[in-house]
Amino acid sequence: MRLPRPRGPLSSHLVTLLREPVRRDRALDDVAATAVREAETVLADEDVQLGLLIVQELSHDGLDGVDDGWERSPDVVSARAVLEDAVEAELRAEVAPAVQQILAEARRDPATAIFALTDDAEGPSLAGHLQRLATRRELEEFLVHRSILQLREADGHTWLIPRLTGRPKAALVEVQSDEYGGGRLERMHAHMYADTLLAAGLDPEYGRYLDQVPATTLALHTTARMFGQQRRLRGATAGHLAGVEATSSMPNRRVAAAVRRLGLGDRAAAYFDEHVVADAVHEQVVVRDLCGGLVEQEPALLEDVVFGVLSCLLLDARMATAVLDAWETGSSSLLAEQPDRLGAVG
Amino acid sequence: MSQHRHPPVQVVVCPDGPLLVRGAIEVVGEGGEPIAADRPVVALCRCGKSTRAPWCDGTHKLLRRRRAAPTLQEGPDD
Ligand code: FES
Ligand SMILES: [Fe+2]
Ligand SMILES: [Fe+2]
Repeated sequence: MRLPRPRGPLSSHLVTLLREPVRRDRALDDVAATAVREAETVLADEDVQLGLLIVQELSHDGLDGVDDGWERSPDVVSARAVLEDAVEAELRAEVAPAVQQILAEARRDPATAIFALTDDAEGPSLAGHLQRLATRRELEEFLVHRSILQLREADGHTWLIPRLTGRPKAALVEVQSDEYGGGRLERMHAHMYADTLLAAGLDPEYGRYLDQVPATTLALHTTARMFGQQRRLRGATAGHLAGVEATSSMPNRRVAAAVRRLGLGDRAAAYFDEHVVADAVHEQVVVRDLCGGLVEQEPALLEDVVFGVLSCLLLDARMATAVLDAWETGSSSLLAEQPDRLGAVG
Repeated sequence: MSQHRHPPVQVVVCPDGPLLVRGAIEVVGEGGEPIAADRPVVALCRCGKSTRAPWCDGTHKLLRRRRAAPTLQEGPDD
């Protein structure tokens, strides 16, 4: 992925630093801490979320012109921890009351409690708007938002596999294998999403639209990776995946309908059609065997499983609200494409 | 070789949800037409309301919700 356009002091610092050969940079930690301190909410702060995505990218796709050795730089590792700990703390504070409310029920029957949470997920229905009212431009914006997550679909949760054993591991491998197409590239969900973008006349390259995608959307991507890459957060990772899978079939049916209503065709709808059926399977396996099996092995993880589910629902609702609010006032839900400052004329 | 080997096809009953079937190759539809099971594990609709029958599409959740709150008037949107 190419280095994105900075959105504040933290991302500016990173974009400049990472172009250099790997070296110590004792200022980075402070820059990250300041960005966190000055953010009203780290879950929606453009500079914090982009900064986090940049450092996470070092462990995923890598960045053009950036030495892969930066991934293990103690200063980058430390800054990443500052950012992720702040995101985790804010998420925990936001969902704490809801976690406590469902905990007793979840202790009796984790699967039923998780489905109760996802079935009653509040927040505006982005898929409902797309199905009934959205314009073609709005649908394209939606596809651009989702491009960040979907072109790397499933990767965040795959980090959990080697931290599991037994029944929850078998369950996660079964679901992830389906996400990756079961050995058939054309069935890989990320690949199918690229196909959707192409069919819609959009660019299927990962990161191509990053500069236009706001923090409320980036947070979906950075949170999944943040959970997945920490063993300590294995319960939250499982719960987060349950939140994703168990809120997917019905919304994707609506998006598929939107794609057809707006004339993008069956090829563009195939990704969404696939998720109607696939996630009706995945939600059962993830909720019952991954989450249920994990909690059976380690009952102490229950609270984190519920935390993961609710984090997913919260971020989805925030993203939907931001997008629908923008559309309601007739504006774009994406960030404006600004000319590069160096290249700007007059 | 283990004493209890897994059956070639396994059916799991999900409470308030579909039947998960592992190892199915083909499902015969209501009209006798063969429908290929094109993933290693499929979910067969048990509530009769799926828009993607014979596969589950999550619509059973609306029924469960309606049962829980009998005043709620909500159905699948398409
Ligand atoms: S059992 Fe899921 S839609 Fe019928
Ligand atoms: Fe998927
Ligand atoms: Fe899925």
